[in-house]
Amino acid sequence: MSTSLVLEQLLNGVQFGVMLFLMAAGLTLIFGVMGLINLAHGSLYMIGALVCATVAAWTGSFWLGLAASLVGTAAAGALIEVAVIRRLYGRDHLDQVLATFALILILSEGARWLFGSFALYLDIPPVLSGSVELPGGVHYPLYRLAIIAAGLLVAVGLYLLISRTRLGMRIRAGESDREMIGALGVDIQMLYTIVFALGAALAGMAGAMVGALQSVQVGMGEPVLILAFVVIVIGGIGSVRGALVGALLVGIIDTMGRILLPQMLAAVIGPAKAAGIGAAIASMSIYVVMALVLALKPKGLFPAGT
Amino acid sequence: MTEAVLEIAGLCKRFGALLATDNVNLELRAGEIHALIGPNGAGKTTLMQQISGVLSTDSGSIRFLGRDVSNLGVAARARLGLGRTFQISSVIPEFSALRNVMLAVQSRQGTSMRFFSSTRSDRSLIEPAMENLVRVGLADRAATAAAEMSHGERRRLEIAIALALDAKAFLLDEPMAGLGPEGTKALTNLLSELRNVAPILLVEHDMDAVFSLADCVSVLMSGRVIASGPADEIRKDATVRTAYLGGGA
Amino acid sequence: MTRENVVSIVLLCGLLILPFVAQAAGYPFYMTLATRMAILAVAAVGLNIALGLGGLVSFGHAAFFGIGGYAAGVIASHAMNGEHLLGFAVPASMPVAWLIGMLAAGLVAIVTGLISLRTSGVYFIMITLAFAQMIYYFAISWPAYGGEDGLSIAMRNSFPGANTARPSDLFLVSFAILLVVLLFFWRLRDSRFGAALQAARQNEGRVAAVGIEPFPIRLVAFVLSAMITAVAGAMYAELNRFVSPSMLSWTMSGELIVLIILGGVGRVVGPVAGAFVFVVLEYWLGGLTERWQFFLGLMLLAIVLFSPGGLMGLLAGKARHD
Repeated sequence: MSTSLVLEQLLNGVQFGVMLFLMAAGLTLIFGVMGLINLAHGSLYMIGALVCATVAAWTGSFWLGLAASLVGTAAAGALIEVAVIRRLYGRDHLDQVLATFALILILSEGARWLFGSFALYLDIPPVLSGSVELPGGVHYPLYRLAIIAAGLLVAVGLYLLISRTRLGMRIRAGESDREMIGALGVDIQMLYTIVFALGAALAGMAGAMVGALQSVQVGMGEPVLILAFVVIVIGGIGSVRGALVGALLVGIIDTMGRILLPQMLAAVIGPAKAAGIGAAIASMSIYVVMALVLALKPKGLFPAGT
Repeated sequence: MTEAVLEIAGLCKRFGALLATDNVNLELRAGEIHALIGPNGAGKTTLMQQISGVLSTDSGSIRFLGRDVSNLGVAARARLGLGRTFQISSVIPEFSALRNVMLAVQSRQGTSMRFFSSTRSDRSLIEPAMENLVRVGLADRAATAAAEMSHGERRRLEIAIALALDAKAFLLDEPMAGLGPEGTKALTNLLSELRNVAPILLVEHDMDAVFSLADCVSVLMSGRVIASGPADEIRKDATVRTAYLGGGA
Repeated sequence: MTRENVVSIVLLCGLLILPFVAQAAGYPFYMTLATRMAILAVAAVGLNIALGLGGLVSFGHAAFFGIGGYAAGVIASHAMNGEHLLGFAVPASMPVAWLIGMLAAGLVAIVTGLISLRTSGVYFIMITLAFAQMIYYFAISWPAYGGEDGLSIAMRNSFPGANTARPSDLFLVSFAILLVVLLFFWRLRDSRFGAALQAARQNEGRVAAVGIEPFPIRLVAFVLSAMITAVAGAMYAELNRFVSPSMLSWTMSGELIVLIILGGVGRVVGPVAGAFVFVVLEYWLGGLTERWQFFLGLMLLAIVLFSPGGLMGLLAGKARHD
């Protein structure tokens, strides 16, 4: 196998990881600050993609679509927080799982109602079409590189937001002690709505960007949601840094595993069998990694509060 | 002198830079109440948690009934007969007082892996459990859910649980905390009878209770035992008075 | 007799009698609906051991449900093709499928339980989900038994003394399993093991302090729970004459939790009430509108937000704690 193929797959893995990070960052913030498990986070990803594809089809501009999806998912997030989620803080996790499971049913069917059951397609913006030649002679799609760059920018932005701003200070205070921020006179309800809307917008952004790489349809959010859960569990629930490390780890292992495992197995048991078994094992690999991490560190790689 | 039931030698526990317990030596003998006093943060609760097995031990040893228990878990130490009450009462909130004690009885019998026979009319559980409720004066509250009991009643329930475990030593962490004068008096009477069942290691802030009950007192400061001896001597000890009892006591 | 007992008996009698009445009145389809209720109730009773009694919120019980389903499917398909299974000629019989399903699910539950029970809270929810996904993707990618397309059961496995091709016989077998499983749950809840399990849910530290290790108690509960859910899975595959990875999907795990919450957590007959409501809603709303899941979601949300005790909480009052 050539090094250029490995490099290409590595980049695909990073791109996938960055996209997972956008999902996981919101999930982990929402858990860290409000103590809430939000299964409906994948629906916000779906909404982001659907809005982007629809607006881009109307206006002919990907960028308008992206802007609309950021605004739309943030608004949807705020609305959901005020209408439902707010009543779930302090309830046990079982109620949260169930209520947000109900939200998935509502949002998925609602989206089918509004956008139809057919897959939508979203074109890559012209500025970012084409490919770049990387060292080693690999031609790699510019758009995927742009996703990586955008994701890393968000990571830096989140870091600055949390460590340098007043909002970030309140978020950190909220993570360490929910009662303390009440004592500080912070409007907790407002803070929670903002954090939820921020997480929603990040999920929407991920959905919009990925929408140009795959078909956009109802149900696209749940597989990503589950991977994002794997990410935050590996990283340590509540830790944004853990989410970044976990996302890259999961993205790279999943992508590389799908390519490399069947090839490695082919050398041992022959290509015909290897394709099936390799794929079977590869799709399980990140769950094996997660089990290993939790067996060694039951609170994830970066337990919150450290 | 009788042999020590509980024997602690050179016990240390470090949290980062803080030595929470620093080379603690302590003995608890049959028939006695040994009180552990000291200001907040002196390491009393850390020491209790090390003895009961919640916290591990960095160095030193804990011998119970002549056996080194340093490497045993909480449940294993409890089965040997270390009966513990918690600083903040810890019971099964949805269970009635009776069922709380029945749980300890079934643990002592080693019968927790029975799947079919109902406990509701099982006399081998109910009778011993009821006996222990009677001993702590909670017989009329047997059917009350622990969550609905008063603070003082939960304290006594914890002691009934320890009794049902057939404890060979009691570890009581601030049993008087939060009790009114009446409750303190009743519990003081109960504890002074209890010492005949098994010796008591008592962490307590209520000095009247300590000096009316304890045969032996150890004073803990910053993780170290700064004084230890018969209660009368400790009461007179000048270092203890300045360090803790505040001169006027 | 307590109100809960009355409600329970009425529910069970209704479930037993109504499909026969409907059949006699010329609506044979209700027999299938009732069978579905009984089977889903069995699965939920299984989960209720871990979730209701032990407080172990397993978000991966679809794995055990699916394993049971595949046990039935694989046995039926081997028997159909006259092939041996691991060198044995396995008879196409339901009890054999249950046994194999229970063994397989029990083994998987031991291994995954040993790892996941080290964690708690959200981590436990997520790790059980992850293990179930692992098995889901394995079933999708493994070509031997149909992969993504699943496996049809051309002829149902047999049950001594019954004609399993006849809907009423299949219903009676399912109903009998439900009764056995309910009896088991009821005895378990009041047993010494049940006391330790429920105590560990409420106060783990206290349970250890009286000398009972919570870990083995929980592991046994998790394994028992998995085995019962596997039997339900086997019957579900028999009913549909089909097993596919969708039985292993995370939405299935979610639905099982929904059944329990609908009925009332930890209540003996809660899962029956839950399955009853769920299947009726699915059928009734499904007949009214294509968008039935939208309304199901709204109803679920309303139940979680406004009626925490579930249906049994409404019908039979607060659960007794003693």
